[in-house]
Amino acid sequence: MMAAAAVMVIWGVGWFINLMLTRRDHSAAAWLAPLVFGLTLLLIWEVGVRLGNVSPIILPPPSAIAARFMESLPILWADFAQTILKGALTGYILGALAAFVVAVMVDRSDFLTRGILPVGAFMAALPIVGTAPIFVKWLGSDWPSKAAVVGVMVFFPILVNTVAGLRDTTAMQRDLMRTYGAGYWPSLFKLRVPAALPFIFNGLKIATTLALIGAIVAEFFGSPTVGMGFRISTSVGQLALDLVWAEIVVAALAGSAFYGAMAMIEKRLTFWHPSQRR
Amino acid sequence: MRNVLPILTVVAVLLGIWVLAVVPMNIHLAVDQAQRDGVAVQPDTPTARQDVGAVALALRNPAVLSATYTLDRPRLPGPQQVIGELWRTTVGTRITSKQSLVYHGWVTLSATLLGFAMGTTLGIALAVGIVFSRTMDRSVMPWAIASQTIPILALAPMIIVMLGSMGIQGLLPKAIISAYLSFFPVVVGMVKGLRSPDAMQLDLLRTYYASPGQGFWKLRLPASLPYLFASLKIGISAALVGAIVGELPTGARAGFGARMLVGDQYGQPLVTWAALFAAAITAALLVGLFSVMERASLKRMGMVR
Repeated sequence: MMAAAAVMVIWGVGWFINLMLTRRDHSAAAWLAPLVFGLTLLLIWEVGVRLGNVSPIILPPPSAIAARFMESLPILWADFAQTILKGALTGYILGALAAFVVAVMVDRSDFLTRGILPVGAFMAALPIVGTAPIFVKWLGSDWPSKAAVVGVMVFFPILVNTVAGLRDTTAMQRDLMRTYGAGYWPSLFKLRVPAALPFIFNGLKIATTLALIGAIVAEFFGSPTVGMGFRISTSVGQLALDLVWAEIVVAALAGSAFYGAMAMIEKRLTFWHPSQRR
Repeated sequence: MRNVLPILTVVAVLLGIWVLAVVPMNIHLAVDQAQRDGVAVQPDTPTARQDVGAVALALRNPAVLSATYTLDRPRLPGPQQVIGELWRTTVGTRITSKQSLVYHGWVTLSATLLGFAMGTTLGIALAVGIVFSRTMDRSVMPWAIASQTIPILALAPMIIVMLGSMGIQGLLPKAIISAYLSFFPVVVGMVKGLRSPDAMQLDLLRTYYASPGQGFWKLRLPASLPYLFASLKIGISAALVGAIVGELPTGARAGFGARMLVGDQYGQPLVTWAALFAAAITAALLVGLFSVMERASLKRMGMVR
């Protein structure tokens, strides 16, 4: 009863602040409002769990998660290095490079392009993460098998976007290149790849989340005794939910940072595109 | 229809790569098996064979080549083996049998559909709220977008255990993971869709003296349909992945995820492959279903591109 009342009060106060913020329409409201909303949720979680006497086996309070996060930094870093740096990043880079190469090869033939776009879009919708047990069997339980799963997962979205992007030049632009006497390669690098960049980055950004999911889920099928997926599945078994939540915080931070990095590179490289103009 | 031939070509190329890869992947196993059956093979000790590359081994034992396609426990089964296993476990066995993929498929599919329905309903409701309330837009929308960069699927095992310790088991935990995964694409897509009418169209309604409610039902909702279908297609495949992953960490006894795990742990690669392809076919059918609905409804509304 107490817990429910406290939660209602906190929710009311948080919502009221946001109401005021958006009504006045400060320029700061754009980043302050989501911050207040997030803090309100965290506070509700903390107070609700403490006053409601929720067992930490079901839902640990955020303060306990933060404490656990700070004291297991070495473990979290080792898991991060194993899963994200070795598994996800390697797979992401290999999958993206493979997708670019295939896209440029396919792009020379209109026939193949028309075939690969629907097939690729279709493959991108499949539950590719299910290939994890097969790759673990082939490549062993260390990170190469995770990199392989990630590579296959990110391949199709990047391929489809790159192929679609390479077609995105107008006849006028291509004619201009021809009047300059530019052959295939100059017009590819000077016109078509830059024109495709917004599409390519769209694919690369979608793939960042897929890469993390692939690397973590593949560890459920077998891993050395380190890694985020391994830690999550074993800690769930030991009911050490605070450690699980700490891993999820790491995954969330890594995912946002990865996506943010891609978005930043995109901004640098496609400053000319309408979507990037202020 | 002009795309049929190119698509078939690409599929044929992929199948061809698969068929070719079977020989080098399985040749070591096949040669071992052949030697046990009393066939003379080159080189004749297992340790010596390990030093020989797969292609070289295949060239020195041409008689064993065909055996690579019929192994019981291949590293890479041939396409015909996977199709055979799929046929055996769908058409060949009773639906009520624990071996039947139709039974396991239904277990996963029911969780997927339930979760998808919950996630979509909540997603549309939240999107409507975001479009009509500035406060919600400012405070919730950034989180909805940021949540797409987070590997939510990592939460799956914990959600299952959390709900399990509260006494909720079976269908619902998996459905909640599915709902969670299909929720955010729908929110983001629907907000975009409900905002897609341009200023001119909104002004027209204002000159008609239309209320916000009328504006919603007569302009915003119809205009959002293409966006809705695009997010539904993303959402349903995400929901299926969520249901499958929800079956992995807790040792579920039924469902596609359980079949993949069983095949993996008991050394029956064909079971894993069949479950994988059955899941892929299910995803394809679901996405295809929404494509058909999309085309039909957009055509009826005169919005076909």
